[in-house]
Amino acid sequence: MTRPDALRAKLRRILALMRKEVYQILRDPSSIAIGIVMPVMLILIYGYALSLDVSRVPVAIVLEDPSPQASELVAGFRLSHYFDAQVLASMADAQELMLERKVDGIVRIREDFTRQLALGDAQVQVLVYGADANKARIIEGYTQGAVGAWAARSAAGGRAVSGGPVNVDTRLWFNEANDSHYYLVPGLIVMIMTLIGAFLTAMVVAREWERGTFEALFVSPVRTDEIILGKTLPYFVMGLIGLTLCFLGAKFLFEVPFRGSVVVLAGASMLYLLVALLIGLSISSAVKSQLAASQLTMMVTYLPAMMLSGFIFDLRSMPAVIRGIAYIFPARYFVSLLQTVFLAGNIWSIILPNAAVLLLMIAVLLYLSLAASRKKLG
Amino acid sequence: MWDSIMRIAALVWKELLGVFKDPRSRYGIIIPPILQCLIFGYAATYDLNDVPYAVFDESRSIESADLLARLDATHIFHRVANLDRAARIASVIDNKDAILVVHIGQDFSRNLLLGKAADVQIIADGRNSNTAGVALGYIGAIVDGFNADWRSNHNETGPPVQVTMRAWYNPMLETRWYMIPSLIGTITLMQTMMFAAMLIAKEREDGTFDQLLVTPLRPMEIMIGKALPAMMIGLIQATNILLIAQLWFRIPFEGSLLTLYAGLILFLLAAVGIGIFVSCFAGTMQQAMLYVFVLIMPFVLLSGLTTPISNMPDIVQTFTLINPLRYAILIAQRVYLEGVGIDRLLPYLWPMALIATVTLGSATWMFRHKVA
Repeated sequence: MTRPDALRAKLRRILALMRKEVYQILRDPSSIAIGIVMPVMLILIYGYALSLDVSRVPVAIVLEDPSPQASELVAGFRLSHYFDAQVLASMADAQELMLERKVDGIVRIREDFTRQLALGDAQVQVLVYGADANKARIIEGYTQGAVGAWAARSAAGGRAVSGGPVNVDTRLWFNEANDSHYYLVPGLIVMIMTLIGAFLTAMVVAREWERGTFEALFVSPVRTDEIILGKTLPYFVMGLIGLTLCFLGAKFLFEVPFRGSVVVLAGASMLYLLVALLIGLSISSAVKSQLAASQLTMMVTYLPAMMLSGFIFDLRSMPAVIRGIAYIFPARYFVSLLQTVFLAGNIWSIILPNAAVLLLMIAVLLYLSLAASRKKLG
Repeated sequence: MWDSIMRIAALVWKELLGVFKDPRSRYGIIIPPILQCLIFGYAATYDLNDVPYAVFDESRSIESADLLARLDATHIFHRVANLDRAARIASVIDNKDAILVVHIGQDFSRNLLLGKAADVQIIADGRNSNTAGVALGYIGAIVDGFNADWRSNHNETGPPVQVTMRAWYNPMLETRWYMIPSLIGTITLMQTMMFAAMLIAKEREDGTFDQLLVTPLRPMEIMIGKALPAMMIGLIQATNILLIAQLWFRIPFEGSLLTLYAGLILFLLAAVGIGIFVSCFAGTMQQAMLYVFVLIMPFVLLSGLTTPISNMPDIVQTFTLINPLRYAILIAQRVYLEGVGIDRLLPYLWPMALIATVTLGSATWMFRHKVA
């Protein structure tokens, strides 16, 4: 056989495998569910349902002092769009509301408020439902702000004034409106690529092993590299479809700015998708059972993508051991790439090192998965 | 009745043997939840303890140095660069060398001494606006402290009101205290739903389900025999997480174990019910697993674990009423941190009982009529 013939035969074998895989995907509603339904569902949830911007916090205000000053302070709370305030006369009622979880905090203005104010030593007591620490902190900040604004207003005889001797003037670069969608939606792409790339591939290949159909492939003329290519390419394409859906959703539904170039986005996503596919492949070839493969894939890809990627939680604030562990998972590099390409633009000093790490991971995983799925009986 | 119990016990025994005799699945049930719990416990925090920042101080005055010294003294902020011109701000942020840049203008100390408002400009990296927001909050508190000291040193009267704050149930406001009890529900939901669905799907894929139907076991008994082992595994995992919370993370347990476990059992019943119900629509293990997975995602995201339910649109809030995890998280948190009694939990218990009845009931019906 001449060389072009051999190449053509190789191509034909890969295509045949791919065709079989595509049929299988199209025939099985569950792969459509995870490949198309889930990305769309996640886009809608992340875009419309999740928001870290706390507003209209339900609070109870216990007003024990009927003076005009105190009423004015209460008015500040009622007008603020950060609070959904209801005014009560007794502390017991407010505590009951808190125990029923109807309010997240209690602001108490005691009966001696005006008298203490004249003495220059008035207090506003705030009780928050502290179990949700993050929310409690936000409520604390809002309350300080509302009381501070009132104090400044009354000190200036009712006029609005600027705050203290030093004012902080904040600029949030890349996200001037402080919209949490801006980082949730790029983070979502990471989750979807991970699920399609690693989870789906791991399941599919593990099933072949579990049913013994992989061994049947060994006696056919296809070679190991052809099996890998034929099996993973369809899922690679599926991942790219998911990426396109997310990108369109981000841009047109949620108007997340896209400041980098599409080529960089596509390139980075393909790299990450390859890493995810290869992880799925290696895991399934190593454990050869669907249940074990799915659990391992969850542990190795999905959880790190959510927890250890800097997508939601800041990596620098984690203990050194956890920070070290985070380096070995690919998700953090992809998150960094995506956040930069979406919100900041083509900043090569971020893009190149992160892409290089992903490339290195591909090389290592390619070697591992070829070794693991070499034609041998398990 | 006695025969029925014996038949169910035999089926439960068989399922448990199937799980625990294979070392891989044995470890698969014990180890991952523990690792997840530890990783979540350490990683899932919105509190920052290392904020790299850069300074562009055009004032170079005693006052600006005082303000910056307060930042450095926190051990949270650490200075990575002193910039000498505005053009360098962009590169420090772009390259992620610093989360924020503190820019103090030339007229800072003059304005301050004249009693005019002195501005400090903070430029923060909004690529992760949540982290930036927390860091800005810290800076706000430090500047407040600076202002208060400045006023008292210069005999200015500040706001005469003080806000005193007390946080119920979590005095130090630690994210971990909130996160770990919530994980009792989150981690067991994932594993029990998956496990229950797989128990049925495996019989289907192996073709042994039809054999089960011709045994003396009645459909109801098959259902109980499959649901019980999954619930037991859920209880083992919940107990492990509870132990880690108390012994490793040392989060004080305020409630009664009896109340907590009563709530957990109802929750597990609902989770197993959903898992078995879903598996009625799956012909293979892969399908069962993927369907369960597609369900778990919205359950976890819309449970209030990461973002408050009260922030969600009304229609989504309505959906969360059929999310068992929403109730499990509330129960775990309230029993664990608040120590509430069962009377306060009733609004969370009956929806889960309803979910369990509907899902298990319709699954039994489908078994009997061989619809699935």
